[in-house]
Amino acid sequence: MERREALKLTATVLGGSIIGSQLFLSSCAAPPKKRSELIVDTDVPLLDEIGETILPDTDISPGAKAAHIGNFIQTMVNDCYDQEEAALFINGLETIEEQSIEAYGHGFVDLSKEQRLELLTKFDQEARQHKLLEKPHFFGMMKELTIWGYFTSKPGATQALRYNPVPGRYEGCIPYNGEKAWA
Amino acid sequence: MKMENQFDAIVIGSGISGGWAAKELCEQGLKTLVLERGRDVRHIKDYPTMTMNPWDFEHRGRMTKAFYQENPLITKAAGYGEDTAHFFIKDADHPYVQEKPFDWIRGYQVGGKSLIWGRACQRWSDYEFKAPKKYGYGIEWPIGYNDVAPWYSHVEKFIGVCGNEDGIEAMPDGEFLPPFEMNCVEEHMQSTLKEHFPGRHLVQGRWAHLSEPEQVHLDQGRGKCQCRNLCMRGCPFGGYFSSNSSTLPWAEKTGNLTIRPFSVVHSILYDEASGKASGVKVIDTNTKEEMVYNARIIFVNASALNSNLILLNSKSERFPNGLGNDHDLLGRYVSFHNYRAGSGGAIKGFEDHYYYGSRPSECIIANYRNLKERDTDFVGGYTIFTGAYRNRAEEVPEDVPQLGADFKHRLSKPGDWRIYMYMQGETIPKPSNRVYLSGDKTDDWGIPLLVTDVGYDENDEKMVADFLEESQKMLEQMGCTDLYSYDSKQAPGLDIHEMGGVRMGKDPKTSLLNEFNQMHQCKNVFVTDGACMTSTGNQSPSILYMALTARAANYAAEQFKNNVL
Repeated sequence: MERREALKLTATVLGGSIIGSQLFLSSCAAPPKKRSELIVDTDVPLLDEIGETILPDTDISPGAKAAHIGNFIQTMVNDCYDQEEAALFINGLETIEEQSIEAYGHGFVDLSKEQRLELLTKFDQEARQHKLLEKPHFFGMMKELTIWGYFTSKPGATQALRYNPVPGRYEGCIPYNGEKAWA
Repeated sequence: MKMENQFDAIVIGSGISGGWAAKELCEQGLKTLVLERGRDVRHIKDYPTMTMNPWDFEHRGRMTKAFYQENPLITKAAGYGEDTAHFFIKDADHPYVQEKPFDWIRGYQVGGKSLIWGRACQRWSDYEFKAPKKYGYGIEWPIGYNDVAPWYSHVEKFIGVCGNEDGIEAMPDGEFLPPFEMNCVEEHMQSTLKEHFPGRHLVQGRWAHLSEPEQVHLDQGRGKCQCRNLCMRGCPFGGYFSSNSSTLPWAEKTGNLTIRPFSVVHSILYDEASGKASGVKVIDTNTKEEMVYNARIIFVNASALNSNLILLNSKSERFPNGLGNDHDLLGRYVSFHNYRAGSGGAIKGFEDHYYYGSRPSECIIANYRNLKERDTDFVGGYTIFTGAYRNRAEEVPEDVPQLGADFKHRLSKPGDWRIYMYMQGETIPKPSNRVYLSGDKTDDWGIPLLVTDVGYDENDEKMVADFLEESQKMLEQMGCTDLYSYDSKQAPGLDIHEMGGVRMGKDPKTSLLNEFNQMHQCKNVFVTDGACMTSTGNQSPSILYMALTARAANYAAEQFKNNVL
């Protein structure tokens, strides 16, 4: 039990690169989820657009939508979140829709790119405040799921990063000149 | 499964030490039966995830919430995840009783935990063998470094251990393949220690990886490590050592090996007339059929605590308290490695350096405590595993957008360099740390459950405190920022270095095994896995188990041929 333990512990200590809240890691027994507490297929287009706003398609690499981020988030929230976390997340989706309509008169998917960015930036600032207080915030979860899902997806790992499944050797000290990170 | 039931030797367990017993005994011409309680796992063929990409895993490596809830124990194990779960047990299948919290991590399959081990292969120094007696925290080992050194070499050459010859007293050199390189931050860490901490050495660890395979490795069908660092899935290249990739197929080639999976050993049968063990009672885990296999030599390599369990359950008129247990020593002096604490931080100034490939090894700061003389308020030493890495950026500066195109591009670049350290500390074997059989609870096969009663003591607390203090000093001197440290207070067992219970010693009154891992009171039974350990040292123990096993097996084979056994 060597290296991986170190990396796991390091990830925990440093706040981790894995899905948001400390709540996520708690293992308290939860009753079975009700249907209404799951992310449903009709949520996927909204999740795709939220993800695409966080990590958009650019000349350099594809966006989160190309990584099917909505499907990924659906799977992770439904399978890996407990009831409380899933509820927080799903309420968050509703909050985004409500505030989108309130501010712009349209649901999130019908907003312009600029409007989407403006709205999510507001939630992001809230989430960052919560993070300082070590409180979970739905947008913190969405953002971290998006980032994690994207960079471990095929388009994310192979185009936004450099993916080399069989390096063949290790070179410890090479110059770095602004290249993409290794996946 | 119809098969003959008479063999020259029986090996209980097919993990890292059982595989070595099988190899050596088969090579010596003994018809050998290896009993494995789990399923068969064939090299490459049975590594279902070995070439999967991150996106091929439904949950990208994580287990589901329901799975964590059903398996709170095993999911804690180092390296456990969607890619490796099939090489670990499930909690509900294999209960035990925790008198005190103890995380007993198990991998029940052919190859055992050799598929999922940490792969660090440092030799013990003679100081480690001598310290328990010298400083009064244990009995004398019946062997010293010189007894084991040739067997370390024997094992190193065969399994392939890469490392540097560093000439460090706390960590003797061996027969090494070329080491992996250090990265530039690690070189900086090394030179900082050299300059500011005399007597502390940061070097590459020694690892069971084929950095440059030799003929004997190619003959095993293994090839060069490809630096994927996905070892615990099973390696399609045979780049790291496991029983599955190495010792078992090698033993099989002799024609002398029989492996029987799905065979849990109930007990070793003692024959009053001969004063020896006659064989083992086995239960087929699927059919629950009982059977007996006989042999002139029995090697117990069931993993440290299961070897204790089998011996405790091997009751006879002569040994009502378990085989060889005339004195209530069996199951006592169980110990482990103290893995509780770690430290780390970020380091600036190396932004124009990077690396290529995923190195499967770590650096080590060799033990610097209580080596030649006692220099702290605790006994025993600790090794520090350490290294530097540079992951993808996880954050962007506060003053730039936290969403959008530029954000994505920044996250696509390497982030800060980071340094980590964590301890692997010696613990004191003591009679109160023990395992024993449950009086009323049994498993699915009618075998009593094991009770673990193992905990930390004051010495462990002092060692944790010393590591935390010293590691912070070293990190500060290296120029680390954003320092952190932690004491996880994890339960014993999660180190997966549980040892003892059937300890070696010179005196049959205070030990169960002699200098050849042979039971004092039952000469044809050898215990050569972690159960045999008299003390824990501070090095990763697997290679010592392998060396002791090879040594004992050759001794046993000689005794067999001379008709002594």
